[in-house]
Amino acid sequence: MSLKIENLQARIGEREILKGLTIEIKPGEVHAIMGPNGSGKSTLSKVLCGHEDYEVTGGSATLDGEDLLSLSIDQRSRAGLFLAFQYPHEIPGVTNANFLRAALKARKPDGEDVDAIAFYRQMYARMDQLEMDRSFTGRNVNEGFSGGEKKRNEILQLMMLEPKYAILDETDSGLDIDALKIVSRGVNAMRSAERGFLVITHYQRLLNYIQPDIVHVLMDGRIVKTGDRSLALKLEEKGYDWVKDEALPAAA
Amino acid sequence: MPLSPALSTSAPAWFKERATNAWSQFQTLPLPSVRDENWRYSNAKSIPLESLANADVPDSDVVKVAVAASVELEKWSARLVFVNDCLAASESSQLPAGVICVPFSQALEQHSDAMREHFMQRQMQLGSEKFAALHLAMLKAGTVVIVPRGITVPAPIEVFHWVSGENAAIFPHTLVIAEDNAAVTVVDHYRSCTSEAGFSCAVADLIGKPGSHVTYIACQEMSEEAQAMHLSSTVAGKDAQMKSFQLQLGANWSRSESVSDLVGKGARSDMLSVSLPLGDQIVDQRTLQNHKAPNATSDLLYKNALYDSSRTVFSGLITVDEGAHYTDAYQTCRNLLNSDTAEANSLPGLEINADQVKCSHGSTSGPVSEEELFYLKARGIPDNEARRLIVLGFADDVIQRIGNDAIEQMIHARVEEKFARLG
Ligand SMILES: Nc1ncnc2c1ncn2[C@@H]1O[C@H](COP(=O)(O)OP(=O)(O)O)[C@@H](O)[C@H]1O
Ligand SMILES: [Mg+2]
Repeated sequence: MSLKIENLQARIGEREILKGLTIEIKPGEVHAIMGPNGSGKSTLSKVLCGHEDYEVTGGSATLDGEDLLSLSIDQRSRAGLFLAFQYPHEIPGVTNANFLRAALKARKPDGEDVDAIAFYRQMYARMDQLEMDRSFTGRNVNEGFSGGEKKRNEILQLMMLEPKYAILDETDSGLDIDALKIVSRGVNAMRSAERGFLVITHYQRLLNYIQPDIVHVLMDGRIVKTGDRSLALKLEEKGYDWVKDEALPAAA
Repeated sequence: MPLSPALSTSAPAWFKERATNAWSQFQTLPLPSVRDENWRYSNAKSIPLESLANADVPDSDVVKVAVAASVELEKWSARLVFVNDCLAASESSQLPAGVICVPFSQALEQHSDAMREHFMQRQMQLGSEKFAALHLAMLKAGTVVIVPRGITVPAPIEVFHWVSGENAAIFPHTLVIAEDNAAVTVVDHYRSCTSEAGFSCAVADLIGKPGSHVTYIACQEMSEEAQAMHLSSTVAGKDAQMKSFQLQLGANWSRSESVSDLVGKGARSDMLSVSLPLGDQIVDQRTLQNHKAPNATSDLLYKNALYDSSRTVFSGLITVDEGAHYTDAYQTCRNLLNSDTAEANSLPGLEINADQVKCSHGSTSGPVSEEELFYLKARGIPDNEARRLIVLGFADDVIQRIGNDAIEQMIHARVEEKFARLG
């Protein structure tokens, strides 16, 4: 059982972005991927979700043994994969509550609906945990939300959909320290022996709140270094250049 | 039997005279040409004037079915049902004292002075003089609402107009006068009893005196063999707030002409519309926002979700008169193209003759956004359901601006029902 990514290669147009990336996340584990801007972090998360702009040119990705790459976008989500987006999209006219209900209904057998009372009870409990005002249920998805509100809304969806594996793409960006604590608390509440996390971040700050078991460094489409939490601290102190210097001569 | 006016004998002389003049005007005026700027991309020949006939007095069975089907809003202050321009049911016991809400013929007899002052006093400006004349000449049904100063009508007034019979034509009229600081909401439904061909040629005039609030909703759900025309105007006095919403779901050809005159300082007019044409339906929309006073706001949002080989035409003009300083005027038309063969034409326009004016106009046409779809699918929602949510959301984005939950839910349900008819 794991989310297993092996030698994954992907491109957009003519441009190679992932150049052979390997990671395995087991249930209960929290992995972090750190890397400079443009190294391919968001690309990895979108390729795993099946975004159609990207073409997978090699390698594999499986979720508990199931070939992710052969599934459609929505099938991947229902199979247990979740991505908290770096830039969540606005959906005009669709309320948060209707959106979440539709997502939960999609997980039920055909024709079966979500129990409305249980749904609202669950949603309100989760919103309280995230200190989100109840008015967000009636507001259109992400429309007019601040950066921080959008990120909370992503974590609310994570909490409601209870995936097996969750990828968080720069959930810390745009959050002030209080919001960061609230969001991290929400994520930590979802940590369990049955669930794996891949936390993508540019800064180590987030990792003070969501403590990873394993830290990877992504550069130029490849994992160039893997270590424990101390690696994140070292990156914060020294930047990314020393990793590059270590990695490049080996490649030369 | 071709169309011919049947004058009521009980109508006041001034009205009979106007109706008679209108009939000769209708006969003299030429059919608008496709070269007429107000008819670009459309065609007045879509209305089969030659084959139309006066609607018969309906059978009691037809009336019974129509009245039974005239249920939308749970709460209303008054409800009137017309079948073939004949009053079939009316209930107005929930109205506050002093509020007038009566069938057109009764208003002519009992409120002749107010009618004389306000009834169809405005020049048609968007190309349908001929059809306005036809309406006046043929007119015998509709609703006249007069709300005295300072009175708020709590629940909407809901009116149903049904047409029954092959090629039958109806001429529903709506006149709403909100006196100073009065508030009222009126909903007109236009429907066909069967899937037969027919024609509705409606006129709605909404007059908002200073400080009044008027919300007007027109729901056109005629048979897809029918044609529907809706000529409306709003006049917003000082600090008045007017809101009008056009729902175009039925008819194979529909045309709405909506004029909003902002005549008082600080007035506001919201002009909203949703359509969801399928098959080869054509939706023709003409609008005019006339700013005649300073510090007024008009905000227009029209949205069309097109399928199959349907077609929409949106032509909108904002005019800002000399002296109408500090005007805020916005005009947006958005078209969601859900098929390669659907076609949306947009003709936005501006004429500004004042200073310190904020104006914008724009139109967009395109398919469902891939990024929106991706976001929904990434949450496990299948493609067809994701598209359904996005299209209904596209409509709800306008519907939500009505600001009345019951009406919003009713309109959402009508749109959803039409959406369900898609393959
Ligand atoms: N839609 C796109 N079209 C072209 N290039 C893209 C696109 N998306 C990403 N890229 C490029 O791919 C590289 C990796 O981007 P991304 O995965 O967003 O990086 P990160 O998330 O690590 O900052 C960058 O060089 C970026 O410019
Ligand atoms: Mg990124």
